[in-house]
Amino acid sequence: MFYNALGERVSRRRYREMLAAARNRRELIAAGLTSRRDLFKMGLLTASGMLVAKHGLSTRAWAQPFQQGTANLCAGAGLPASPPTRAFIEPLTIMPVAQTVGSLTPAPTISPNVGAGEVRAAAHQAPGLGFPFPPPKLYSFTQKALQVSQSPDLPLQTVWGYTDGVHAGSPGPTYAAHYGVPQLTRNRNALPPVTQNGGFGIPSVTTHLHNGHTPSESDGNPCDFYEIGHFCDQYYPNVLAGFNSDHQPNGDINESLSTLWYHDHRVDFTSQNTYKGLLGFYLLFNQFDTGDEHSGFRLPSFPQFDVPLAFADKVYDPTSRQLAFDLFSLDGILGDKFLVNGKIQPFFQVKPRRYRFRLLDTGPSRFYEFFLTDPNNLGASNPFYVIANDGNLLPAPVQVQSVRIGVAERVDVVIDFRPFAGKTIYLENRLNQLNGMGPVNAGQCTDVNGNPVPTMLPAGQGNLLLQFRVSGTPVEDDSADPATQTFYQLPSTNVAPRITRTFKFDRLNGQWSVNGQFMDCHTFRFQVQQNSVENWILANATGDWTHPIHIHLEEHQILSRNRQPPPLAVERSRKDVTQLHPNERVLLFFRFRDWLGKYPIHCHNVVHEDHAMMGLWHVQAEGDDVLVP
Amino acid sequence: MHEPSRRKLLTLAAMAPFAGIAAGSPVAGTAEADVAPPSPRERIRQRYFPNVALRTHDGRQVRFYDDLVKDKIVTINFFYAKCDEICPVVMANLARVQQLLGERVGRDIFMSSITLKPEDDTPAALERYAAMHGARPGWSLLTGERADVELLRRSLGFTNPDPRVDKDVTQHIGNVRYGNEPLMLWAACPGQARAEWIAESISWVIRPEARPAPAMDRAPDGKLPPRARP
Repeated sequence: MFYNALGERVSRRRYREMLAAARNRRELIAAGLTSRRDLFKMGLLTASGMLVAKHGLSTRAWAQPFQQGTANLCAGAGLPASPPTRAFIEPLTIMPVAQTVGSLTPAPTISPNVGAGEVRAAAHQAPGLGFPFPPPKLYSFTQKALQVSQSPDLPLQTVWGYTDGVHAGSPGPTYAAHYGVPQLTRNRNALPPVTQNGGFGIPSVTTHLHNGHTPSESDGNPCDFYEIGHFCDQYYPNVLAGFNSDHQPNGDINESLSTLWYHDHRVDFTSQNTYKGLLGFYLLFNQFDTGDEHSGFRLPSFPQFDVPLAFADKVYDPTSRQLAFDLFSLDGILGDKFLVNGKIQPFFQVKPRRYRFRLLDTGPSRFYEFFLTDPNNLGASNPFYVIANDGNLLPAPVQVQSVRIGVAERVDVVIDFRPFAGKTIYLENRLNQLNGMGPVNAGQCTDVNGNPVPTMLPAGQGNLLLQFRVSGTPVEDDSADPATQTFYQLPSTNVAPRITRTFKFDRLNGQWSVNGQFMDCHTFRFQVQQNSVENWILANATGDWTHPIHIHLEEHQILSRNRQPPPLAVERSRKDVTQLHPNERVLLFFRFRDWLGKYPIHCHNVVHEDHAMMGLWHVQAEGDDVLVP
Repeated sequence: MHEPSRRKLLTLAAMAPFAGIAAGSPVAGTAEADVAPPSPRERIRQRYFPNVALRTHDGRQVRFYDDLVKDKIVTINFFYAKCDEICPVVMANLARVQQLLGERVGRDIFMSSITLKPEDDTPAALERYAAMHGARPGWSLLTGERADVELLRRSLGFTNPDPRVDKDVTQHIGNVRYGNEPLMLWAACPGQARAEWIAESISWVIRPEARPAPAMDRAPDGKLPPRARP
């Protein structure tokens, strides 16, 4: 009989594949730096045409848990856990635009329609502030189980996704929303009974609109979950921050949002439910960011040249070849298969012109640093433009050779494929991450030969995520050149805060905590005064760990990292997730405006989040003076 | 619940690989045909629940999976009697959780606390410790062979990725796993969280129709009513 590193019985054929993969890996290491190009080619494909999993295997799925547990900072290289899959043989899926419905039955009500099975924390705030009810656009979304193909080399997978009544998928349909056009989504839980969860996931949901300037009862708070058969009407006003405070009546144009996403946020089970597929995009357009390259900022037109890309890393059970989730990880989960928009390593046929891509890290725990890689010219740096951070257009595009994001962060980039006409290039993640702690820290790990394990992998040796096949025929491109563009101003931070609060993120005997306290749906840590300015200090007390910290309702600006201005130009931006690096202390600037109610602050490594690295707070008419909530 | 006999065969087969892995290399043996993949529930059992022999504070011989986990709603945590940092808080919390869950503990909910110092924490020592915390039937304090306890700790993910920290028993993982084995619902919460919150969290893995209180009785922001205690 044959066994893999997990102690699991495998077939002779599978065992031979494992041995071949391990041998290939040793050869790759031995080949070292002598021939990067060959290494790239070997690394990409084995003789049998199967992709070799080289990096970032799930710490526990991979790491012989019965012998080693996770007590190894440098775990990561070894036998692949997931079955082999071929790369770049299926086209990229582009999620359809969500369709509205003419009416909802029963009709939406301002107070929760408890009798009809609605679960909502409070009456809608928006109608009281002059927003129409019902709003002009209505959506009927249903959470349900779906059978999908994530690779032609794997059987159909049962995932949880969304349907708008016309299209169903995971990621779900993409909302194309517009400022000034409020909308309401009825989110209905039609997931299968708990006996059919396939090994992970709880059929109990709450859908958060990530970075929405959303009234709290529609925010999708982790504690506002509901069970099968129930629904929640979520009112999205699509209004600029400041509309009811410092920029009446329409809000501050410099607070415009563009790339948002929706995802399940069920307390204690967010990692399982999002890994199972409960997420999608929500794009918000306005008179400048129009979705049409002939108007406004003249950004590449949606949807043909403006493409949302949701990245996820997953593990498949080597025996059943079904999606597997490490239920008992506290640190974070890494996969050895990389999905874009629900497919493992797809290809995308592009034209030699500019595209806008909205890159989203859906987690559960991995950070990415994206590069453009030309396999026939690995030494080249292939620059592109970052135009938005967390979906917020920067004051001006920033030209980069790479950009790093953590879980839940978004970065919008403009890539000009003209220099690559007729070529095949790749979007590659070169950031080396071995476990849930975050990217490998300098000096943290050595390989089998005693050499330091780098944070950044050489070109072609990272994770090839998406293949771009660039056609050779020149085409029209009416989008603006990013080099010449400017967007919005950053809202002033030159305002004295009403209070500066400190949040220490820590691990106390393995228990993730914020200021020594744990998530509890009945405990509110502090009260923010409506329409006031606050500074928040995020302090990392967990040593080598990196945490993507997310705060609901309002965006922030990073005033300093360890008392210095943020070093990266792309971080001079509005943000809703801030990476808290090892031993860092980050100072954030906030304006809390317009809406009242409860919101969370939490780590968006969803495994940390599910293990209580989260706290609830309020916006109320009166604020409190709790400095260390 | 009816268990097909094939399941027993798989259980036996699954015991073999541990020996091979402990020797530090993958096991290769005689050829075998492809086998039908086990159910997700069976995969979870294989991956996380070694069926090691343990002894309870009241002197019973038990098997971890067969007697403490299978077909049950469970809590699992690690502690040791002479731990004077977090264990007293966690164990007092668990005693309170047992009170809050009432008669269900011992009926369909079972609580397991496993010592990290099995040499010191004999059944007799654990019995005294259980009495000190007012543990009632349905909550077992457990000891066993060190290798078995260590296997359990690692299999259940009560580890720290930093090997220096992982070796330091005073920094052991203080979380409480909770789960419903047949429903394959598993999560964890901090052992130092509020006992009422821990008990409420456990209620989520009980079948909705069997829950002691409505799953959703939320009130408007900040004015959450005291919840019905399970």
